[in-house]
Amino acid sequence: MTSSSTRRVRVVEVEPVADRIKRFRFVDVSGEKLPTFSGGSHVVVTMRAPDGHLWRNPYSLMGSPADASSYQISVCRADDSRGGSDYMHDNVRVGSELDVTNPINLFSIARKARKHLLIAGGIGITPFMSMMHELAAANANFELHYKVRSQTRGAFCNDLVRQYGSRVHTYRSDAGHALPLGTLLRDQPVGTHLYVCGPQAMIDWALESGRAAGWPHENLHSEHFSAPRPGSPFTVKLARSECEIQVGPQQSILEALEQNGIDPPSLCRGGACGQCETRVLARTGALQHNDHYLTEEEKLGGEKIMICVSRTAGNCLTLDL
Amino acid sequence: MNLVFKNETFRDDFTFSNSPAAIRRFPFPFHEDKYMYSVNIEPHVPGPKGSPFEFPIDIDEHYVSEMADRAKVLEQDPKRCQALPHMMTAQWDMLELLMTSMAASYPEHFTLNRDGDRWHWINRPLKIEQKFVFGDASTLPVGPMEFIGRQCQGDFSLQDQRDNQLWMDAGIITTQADWSLDFDVGMNFTEWHGPVPLAHQARVFERALKFLLNLQNGHPVRRLNWTMTINPRLDTSPENFHKWGSDRMTVTPENVGDKVHLRVELQGLWRLPRSNAVLFSIRCYLIKLRELVTVPKWGRRLPRVLQSLPPELIDYKGITRYRDTTLEWLSKYDDGAPTSPGTLPD
Amino acid sequence: MLVSDIKSRPIYPGLEPDLYALSNLIVCDRAGAEAVSDMMRRADARFAERSAILICAEDFDQWKAIDEAIQGFKPAVATTFPSLNDTILELDALLGGAKMGVCVYAAGSEPLIGSVVQTAMRHHIDHRSVRTEHRGSLKRRVQCVHCKALTENVTTNPVKCSGCGLMLLVRDHYSRRFAAFQGVCIDAEVPGEIPEQKAEFL
Repeated sequence: MTSSSTRRVRVVEVEPVADRIKRFRFVDVSGEKLPTFSGGSHVVVTMRAPDGHLWRNPYSLMGSPADASSYQISVCRADDSRGGSDYMHDNVRVGSELDVTNPINLFSIARKARKHLLIAGGIGITPFMSMMHELAAANANFELHYKVRSQTRGAFCNDLVRQYGSRVHTYRSDAGHALPLGTLLRDQPVGTHLYVCGPQAMIDWALESGRAAGWPHENLHSEHFSAPRPGSPFTVKLARSECEIQVGPQQSILEALEQNGIDPPSLCRGGACGQCETRVLARTGALQHNDHYLTEEEKLGGEKIMICVSRTAGNCLTLDL
Repeated sequence: MNLVFKNETFRDDFTFSNSPAAIRRFPFPFHEDKYMYSVNIEPHVPGPKGSPFEFPIDIDEHYVSEMADRAKVLEQDPKRCQALPHMMTAQWDMLELLMTSMAASYPEHFTLNRDGDRWHWINRPLKIEQKFVFGDASTLPVGPMEFIGRQCQGDFSLQDQRDNQLWMDAGIITTQADWSLDFDVGMNFTEWHGPVPLAHQARVFERALKFLLNLQNGHPVRRLNWTMTINPRLDTSPENFHKWGSDRMTVTPENVGDKVHLRVELQGLWRLPRSNAVLFSIRCYLIKLRELVTVPKWGRRLPRVLQSLPPELIDYKGITRYRDTTLEWLSKYDDGAPTSPGTLPD
Repeated sequence: MLVSDIKSRPIYPGLEPDLYALSNLIVCDRAGAEAVSDMMRRADARFAERSAILICAEDFDQWKAIDEAIQGFKPAVATTFPSLNDTILELDALLGGAKMGVCVYAAGSEPLIGSVVQTAMRHHIDHRSVRTEHRGSLKRRVQCVHCKALTENVTTNPVKCSGCGLMLLVRDHYSRRFAAFQGVCIDAEVPGEIPEQKAEFL
């Protein structure tokens, strides 16, 4: 874990909000207020199974930033879960205790925008929940366009419409509604920013459509919490700690280290922030860079790796840890 | 803390001076006998008792006089305090941080009572009492940043974080070492550091920026910066350069000890919770050389540091005109003996 | 030259046509018009059909003439204005009703580029979204840090402030907000000790 400290929280409420989606609310075990946060923030939740298996997953904070008495997250049981979301659904109940980081924000409001166009798909609605609290409190001009598969999988639709009225537009796949992105993109005043969160395919579609409609990159924002890309297993040697760790096919190097009680610096767990940059001292095969942080030159140089998402094709990697 | 607030001036007759206690606690920035830029950032955790690092915000014997000088600067030039419209949330974050710090660290001087959003602030040294609603700017006489900035030593700037950069979109800057808030407002981290020589090549700012972009709430950092000033003048702004620039020509072999000052900035950086902005404090400490050399180690080290400076730094820090005279004066305090590592007096 | 060690000194990457833009708003002076022509040549006819070109011709007395080259590309609109001020007023009016999908371009002197970027920023357009290319004169707009007055068409260093009369060192430190370089009193340390004026920004 990075210098971002963790705190112990206790779950006080678990609510099934839609098919495969549960909402969890938790408070600090000491009874102290939690830190207030900015819209779009997330926390990284540490889950420990009785058999010692460890998961660390980021979840967006859904509640109002002005209410620091508790935090709320929503977890969608992933179709291809590596265990974290299953664990949350099957093992976490009222009274359960978890460790969470302080809020981290990698998806914040563009404060100089004239208007905010929010595009959400499925569980991707969660970061927008806290964002809309902040936008509404600031009397900002915003619209939410929310695509869900069906009413039963569409979390929070009714609540959102109740809270934000005509600024909320929902589209149900099962009813054949299409999100009219093309029309939306052509009808916004200059200075509008677009934010998208949802499945990767939806994000790609929204960003490409934005660009194709003449929106500059600066006005297009996205967040996606994805599992690190899997690969073949390999050994990691830690030069300074003088030990060896096995990295499984579904595990990232960071996760394998954490599973073995080693806590290198990390933050976003998605290859974007640079915090987990590590020096490669030796390798037997090519590095597979899955990050968005290193420059092309650095990637080709083969001396640095972002351990939260990247791997090697070879069978052994020596790191300066 | 037994603080006795002095009544002194930082302009005109320049009556400023440091008490012996203030001299001992001065944040001397040189840990070795030479100086070069580095990303010398360290966690802003509580330092030794009585030091400027003990508390998140340091209030010292010069507090009342410094705030009076700030008020004069702002009266003369209101543009030293500016906030772009989208920075209001950051202003409130800053007010919260400063008020809670000052009240917790100096309860004998500052009190903050909070009942939900209804706050009650008492500043005894400045005789200010204010009831207001946190988040409602209409309940304060001026903007939140200005309100608390006028009651806290040090300059403050607020950085909006977006697009992998920090943008200086607000600030209250009256004790700066020669840069203009009015000109620099709206610039990003790389741009406002533009004029600093050599550091860019050393990638100092690139690395510092990457670090600061990942700064987390609850984990502030600090570093020291330094320059030199003639007379204990706090307002060495470019706006007034045509008024104070000629001070540099008034240094004589006899008056070095009283005129030439080491000026150290204790810089703090905090991540702010509601706005996700970064608060940057620049807390200025002045010491005349006559006071500085009462610490023998500092008297030896300072001339060695000044000798080691590359010409670009001498020029950028404005030392050129009086460097030789100053080194001549300091030479009697450097007997060539070795100095211990670290910044503290022996 | 336009290269400086100082990191706040803007760099103008050159005009590239945004083929995705739904409409193009192009502002240039006489020198910049050549850059615009170069860009149009790299784009297709449909790009020109979606383009409005505003030409600032304050340097020329026959200001009504629009370059034949520009006409040749058959832009949707091409208008000439006798001063930078007039050009910017028109740009401001057009941006007032503009929708996302518009791309703004500026080519010519730095003061022209700076004014276009300033105007775009007033309409919440990110400065990096404006495509820019410097052509022609190196003349600068300078803001006096002392009295805040702007002095236009600065070609010498130092320069006399049009507001307070101080002789100003023209620095490479640049503000987008003022679309100007910083001018600082050059003889603050020793009043009267002023270096020879050089024609640096012709």
